[in-house]
Amino acid sequence: MRYDLQIIASWIEPGARVIDLGCGSGDLLLHLKETKGVRGIGIEKDEAEVREAIRKGLTVIQGDLNEEVRDYPDQSFDYVILSQTLQQIYEPHTLLKELLRIGRRVIVSFPNFAHWTIRLDLLLHGRAPKNPQLPYEWYDTPNIRVITIRDFRKFIEDLGYQVLKEAPVSTYNRDRQGKMVRRWANLRATYGIFMVGKRDAGKT
Amino acid sequence: MSEYITHDQRGRSVGIVQKKYFTFAYPPDLFPLECGAKLGPITLAYETYGQLNADRSNAILILHALSGDSHVAGYYSKDDPKPGWWDFMVGPGKAIDTNKYFVICSNILGGCAGSTGPSSINPRTGKPYALDFPFVTIGDMVRAQKVLIEHLGIRKLLAVIGGSLGGMQVLEWALRYPEMVHAAIPIATTTRHSALAIAFNEVARQAIMADPNWRGGNYYDGPRPEMGLAVARMIGHITYLSDRALRRKFGRRLQNKSQFSFGFDVDFQVESYLRYQGRKFVERFDANSFLYITKAADYFDVKRQHGEGSLVKAFSKARARFLVISFSSDWLYPTYQSREMVKAMKKNGLDVSFCEIEADWGHDAFLIPNEKFENLVAAFLERVSREFEP
Repeated sequence: MRYDLQIIASWIEPGARVIDLGCGSGDLLLHLKETKGVRGIGIEKDEAEVREAIRKGLTVIQGDLNEEVRDYPDQSFDYVILSQTLQQIYEPHTLLKELLRIGRRVIVSFPNFAHWTIRLDLLLHGRAPKNPQLPYEWYDTPNIRVITIRDFRKFIEDLGYQVLKEAPVSTYNRDRQGKMVRRWANLRATYGIFMVGKRDAGKT
Repeated sequence: MSEYITHDQRGRSVGIVQKKYFTFAYPPDLFPLECGAKLGPITLAYETYGQLNADRSNAILILHALSGDSHVAGYYSKDDPKPGWWDFMVGPGKAIDTNKYFVICSNILGGCAGSTGPSSINPRTGKPYALDFPFVTIGDMVRAQKVLIEHLGIRKLLAVIGGSLGGMQVLEWALRYPEMVHAAIPIATTTRHSALAIAFNEVARQAIMADPNWRGGNYYDGPRPEMGLAVARMIGHITYLSDRALRRKFGRRLQNKSQFSFGFDVDFQVESYLRYQGRKFVERFDANSFLYITKAADYFDVKRQHGEGSLVKAFSKARARFLVISFSSDWLYPTYQSREMVKAMKKNGLDVSFCEIEADWGHDAFLIPNEKFENLVAAFLERVSREFEP
């Protein structure tokens, strides 16, 4: 399992109600179900991934996550997971608000565009970012949002929410392994992982 | 439901099977119907495959579509040229694995393949009911099936599964008898007919009733309204396919000729196909049954029947785990109609999975072997059977 998903999994307590937005073929949900007995739901756009996830015995709905989240009653989940998808969202602030309506806490992970290799690349070669975490060309990338760890913190603050947990990580071996970045996170982390809540909901 | 299906050889056949009959509601204990009338005695034709296990926790009820019947899988005899209508789905090692599950399917009330319907003998007159047959609803069909299921000693079904009109019965089962349904798989179906679907049904019914042989439904002692029923079937077939499916299958190709005939005989292959399907259908289907069943489908309305106008409220009754499946090219019950039911299920916190399978064959896709579809159903059944405690 991807390293960022391992970190996310470690944040979730047994028996929690979880929804994974853009769950792919359900690796994280399956792991959470097997190791922590969570009650999980996945949302995924791609038919083949949906079939694969259902094949694993998971509960998954094929659809666009921006649309699908609207149907859930308030506070249906303990955790809403949005892993490596935020950079592809057209209206991140609208979505985040909706996610904190349906869930108590939202866990977001995204590739950090301020990683030093990207900065160096831009400085030396003047090219748009491309690396193992951002493997696309500028013209075919689904990543329409450029997010850095520092920007995300400010984004949460501006919206009046609270960062409950934060894990800047540096990954290698195709993102399967990694380590936490203690200092100079915005420069050295390949991914930012955040747990976000409403201001009053944080004290748990 | 198509008859051009070619049957694949994945898994094994259930082999030789036998149609069985169960009769209930003998006078004076007649079966009350939703329309207010009472009916009895009622016979249901049914078939079963596989073995019911000791704790009776492996029963799966299959619900058939408009022109289907209880003959889901296997052959009636060694010389039987054709297996049941879902043979690729049901059998040892197949998606609905008869090594694991006990599978039941009954011909619907109002049908014409062994169950009581308008062509059955009315015990009061000694003649076929014809239009004296009371109107039956999808709810009535399901209520009758429940009597059969209880007769078979099953308290709770592991799963109910069906496509199209069968999918409506799946929904009806899940809402009417929530305590008896552990899991439900509505396929290529809807919570109520759109105007488009009603319109097609109405044209089909008019075709039957305009046939001079129909004679107000009293045709059982003479020639049958074959032309009308054949035309009704042709209309149905068009709605079961899709623009793309028709283009791929027939295009504008001519039938055994290279020039137009400049007459009204068959020129195009698609004409020949429809005529063939119509002709074949009249051999095995009763026109009055067609009228009654299509009307039941048009009346079906989950919102109205179970939710006082609210689909969300209707699904608040359900307890089952759902797997909703639609097909991308289905224009009779398009995907948006499946999404509507999924939405209502979500709002009730129900455990629902949904998948729209990319397939070219229109509404009929659920009747055509398709590994993606079969694997999906197999996996879901495996999961729900693990979670099932009767």
